[in-house]
Amino acid sequence: MRKVDQDHTRFRDIVRGRIKRDLRKFVTSGEMIGRQGGKAVSIPIPQIQLPRFRYGKNQKQGVGQGEGEEGQPVPGQEPGQGEAGEDPGQHSLEVDVGLDELAQILGEELELPNIEPRGKKAIRTQAGRFTGISRSGPKSLRHFKRTFKEALKRQIASGTYDPDNPVIVPIEEDHRYRFLSTREEPQASAAVIYMMDVSGSMGREQKEIVRIEAFWIDTWLRSQYKNLEVAYIVHDAAAHLVDQHTFFHLRESGGTKISSAYELCLRLIDDRFPAHEWNLYPFHFSDGDNWSSRDTERCVDLLKNGILPKCNQFSYGQVKSAYGSGQFKKDLDGVFRGDDKVVTSDILDRDGILPSIKTFLGKGR
Amino acid sequence: MGELTPELARYRDEIRELAARYGLDFYEVVFELVDYDELNMIAAYGGFPTRYPYWRFGMEYEQLSKSYSYGLSKIYELVINNDPCYAYLMRSNSLTDQKLVMAHVYGHCDFFKNNYWFSKTPRKMMDITANHGARIRRYMDRHGVEPVEHFIDLVLSLDNLIDIHSPFISRDASGTRSPAVGSGDDDDTGRIRAKDYMDRYINPPEYLAAQRRKAAEQRAASRRHPAEPARDVLKFLLQNAPLEGWQQDILAMLREEAYYFAPQGMTKIMNEGWAVFWHSYLMTRHIVEASEVIHYADAHSGTLATRPGQINPYKLGVELFKHIEHRWDVGKFGDEYEACEDEEERRAWNRPTNKGRDKIFQVRSIYNDVSFVDEFVDAEFAEAQKMYVFGYDQSTGRYVVVDRDWRKVKKQLLDSLTNFGNPIIYVADANWSNRGELYLYHDWMGADLQFDAAMMTLRHVFEMWKRPVHLETRDEGEAKLFSYDGKEPVIREITGSRSPRDVVGTLQEQG
Repeated sequence: MRKVDQDHTRFRDIVRGRIKRDLRKFVTSGEMIGRQGGKAVSIPIPQIQLPRFRYGKNQKQGVGQGEGEEGQPVPGQEPGQGEAGEDPGQHSLEVDVGLDELAQILGEELELPNIEPRGKKAIRTQAGRFTGISRSGPKSLRHFKRTFKEALKRQIASGTYDPDNPVIVPIEEDHRYRFLSTREEPQASAAVIYMMDVSGSMGREQKEIVRIEAFWIDTWLRSQYKNLEVAYIVHDAAAHLVDQHTFFHLRESGGTKISSAYELCLRLIDDRFPAHEWNLYPFHFSDGDNWSSRDTERCVDLLKNGILPKCNQFSYGQVKSAYGSGQFKKDLDGVFRGDDKVVTSDILDRDGILPSIKTFLGKGR
Repeated sequence: MGELTPELARYRDEIRELAARYGLDFYEVVFELVDYDELNMIAAYGGFPTRYPYWRFGMEYEQLSKSYSYGLSKIYELVINNDPCYAYLMRSNSLTDQKLVMAHVYGHCDFFKNNYWFSKTPRKMMDITANHGARIRRYMDRHGVEPVEHFIDLVLSLDNLIDIHSPFISRDASGTRSPAVGSGDDDDTGRIRAKDYMDRYINPPEYLAAQRRKAAEQRAASRRHPAEPARDVLKFLLQNAPLEGWQQDILAMLREEAYYFAPQGMTKIMNEGWAVFWHSYLMTRHIVEASEVIHYADAHSGTLATRPGQINPYKLGVELFKHIEHRWDVGKFGDEYEACEDEEERRAWNRPTNKGRDKIFQVRSIYNDVSFVDEFVDAEFAEAQKMYVFGYDQSTGRYVVVDRDWRKVKKQLLDSLTNFGNPIIYVADANWSNRGELYLYHDWMGADLQFDAAMMTLRHVFEMWKRPVHLETRDEGEAKLFSYDGKEPVIREITGSRSPRDVVGTLQEQG
C-alpha cells in the first residue's frame, strides 16, 4: 500500500463519519441522490477545510485584467454567481460515494443486521474464472509468461542457457495453459413489491415520503442481494401493476380497497416470484383509511393464508395524512400481534423515514 | 519514478548550459520523470513525498486525481526549493512541453537560490520533512492516531498566524529590557537635572505629570505578558500554552514547515514571472525548433491566459519584469525621469542605457511581491495591462469594474498581497482580566473576517490554551469581541482598542 493510500483512506473515513453524522440530511434528500442514477453520487461535505482566521467574502474587491468600462459588469460571469478573484469563502467539498457505500453507511448507522437469505432455497450458480494453470489445454489459452519461465528454468537447470545470448525456446513440456476453475456460488434472489395507496387522501408530501423511503429500502436491499427485482402496485379501489415512474407520479383519487392490492400482489408472487426461489419483501404504504371493515377482514385473510407464508417479511408503513383515520394499522397490529413476519410503522413526517426504515429492516429477515 | 531518458538528458544539459550562460545561478537540479498518478501524489504532499501522515494530503490527492481524470487540470511540473532542487516532470508531456518545463524549472531554482526572502529557508528540506514524518509517526504509535491527528488539525488551522518577517529580525526583547522607569521613587520620574532656579522652566508641572503618566503606562505594559504584542501566534503558543512534550514538538515542526513555505506565498508573482521570463527567453531564442513553434505558443499562452476578474501571477509577473527591463534599457529611471510630469514626454523617454538586464537580476534578488508591485506598477504599466479594480454589486449579485485609476489598482493589489492575503493577528495579552485568558487582536484594515470560521478557529485556540480565549475584530468597522470559554461562544460589542498594545484590560460588565 502506498503512503498516500493510507492518508486517502483516512480521509475517506472522516468523510464517512461526516456522512453518518449528516445522514438524516442525505436521507431526506434521497430523491435527489436517487435521481443521479449512476453508481456514485456526489455528496457535498461542508467545512472539511480546517477553520482559519481568514477574510470573509461579502465586501470582496479585487484586481482584474482585461476589457470592460468602469461601472460595467466584469465580463464572463453568470448573473448571480461570483467566482472572481481568489476565493477565501466557505468551501464545501464534493466527494463521490458509491451507492453501495452509502447503503453500508446507512446500515452501520441504523445498525441494520445483514439479511440472512433463506438458505435452502438459495439458487446455486456456477462461476468460472481463468485462475488455474494446467499442463495441457488449447493453444489459444497458452500462458506465454509461464511457458517461457518454465523453459528458462529448464534451460538453466540443464546448463544450456547462455546469458550473453539469452535465447529461450520452449519445448512441448514447458507449455502451460490457463485453466478454468469453477466454484459454486450461492446466489440469493430477492423481489420487492411496493404497494402504495394512491387514493384521494394521499397528498403530494405523503407520496414524497413513500418515494424517499422506497429509495433507501431499495438501496439497502440491493447491497444485500445481487439480483433484486422490483414490482410496483398502486391501488385505490382497484389495483394496477405499474412501472416505477408511474408509481411515484400517479395521482389518483377515489376510494380505497386495500384487498385489491393484496390480491394482485399474491397473483404476482404466484406468477413471477415463486416463493421457493425468491426472497420476497412486500411493502405497503397507505394513510390507513380502508373502505370498510369487511375489506380489512378480507386483507387479513389474504395476508394470513396467501402472502405471509410465502414472504420473508410483510411491511406496512402508515404515512400520516390530514384525512386518513389510521385505522388500518391498528387493525393489523391487533390481528398480527406477536407475529414477527408482519412489521408495521408510523411515518409522521420526513424525519420519521429513518426510524421507519430501521423498523422495517432492523430484523434482518 | 525514473531518471530522464537519454534524449531528455541531452536537452537538460543544453538548457542548463544556456541558463548558466545568461547568468542564472542555481542549485543542481535533479529531474525525476513521473507518471500522472505519482505527480498527483507528490503534489498532494506539497512536493515532499515523505511528509507526515495526515488526512488532508489524502484529500488533496483525491481532488487532484479527480480533476486530472476529468480533464479539468493538469500539473506540468513541480519543483522543490532544496539543495539540490528536485523537479518532477510528467512522463506524458510532449517533448516540447518537457523542454519548456525544464527551462521554467531553472528559472525557479535561480530564484530560490538568490531571492533574499528565501535566504533563511532550510535547503535540506527533503531530509527535514522526512525527519518530521518519522517523528510524527512515532508519536502516533505511542499516543494513538486520533489525538495526534487532532492536534495537527489544531495547529494547521492556526499556521497562517506566523510573523513572515521574523526570520530576518530579532523581535525578542530579551536581555534588552531596561530597568523599569521610575522603579524607585515616583517623585523624580523623568525629572531632568537642572539648577534650582531653572527647574521651574525645565521641568514644568505639566511635563512632570506627562512623564509620570508615561512611566505608569510603561510599568503596566511591562507587567503585561507578552510585553510586546506577539505576531507569531504559533511561537507564543509553543512557548506559553500548557502543552505536552509531544505536542510542543509537533507544533515546533509544523511551524518550521509553515516558515519554509511562507516565502513561496510572498513571492508567487515574482517567482512565476521570473520562471516564465526565462523559459520564454531560452525557448524562443535557442531551443524551440521550427516544427514546435505552434505547440510551444499554445502551451505558453495557456500559462499566461487571464480570466476576467482574476490576476494570473504568471502573466502579471512576467509582464512586470519585462516592463522593468524595458524601463532600465531606455533610461526611464532616476531623478530626472521621476520628476518629469509630462505624460507624453515620459512615454517617449529614450536615453539608452541598457541597464535592463542588470536591473531585473537585482530585482529578483531583493524584492518580494509587495515591494515589487509597490515599486514598479506605474500608470504606463497598469494601462498597458488593462488592469482594473472590481467590486461586488449587491443589487445585481455581480462583480463590476469599479475603477481603472492605476493608483487605486495598485492599492487594491497591495492590500490583497499584504501578509499574503492573511489577516494580521496579535497575541495582545495572555493574562487578560488577570485571569490567564488569552486576548487576540485582529489588526482590522477594512476587510472583515469570516465570522463563523473565526469562531471555530477560536475554539481551536481554546483547546490549546485551555483557558478562555478572546478575539477582538471589527464587523464593518464596529468593534466586536469574540469569546469562547469552552462552553458557549459569545460575541459582544465593545469599544475597540486603538492598537494591540492598548487593549482594554478587562471587560466592563454590561447590564
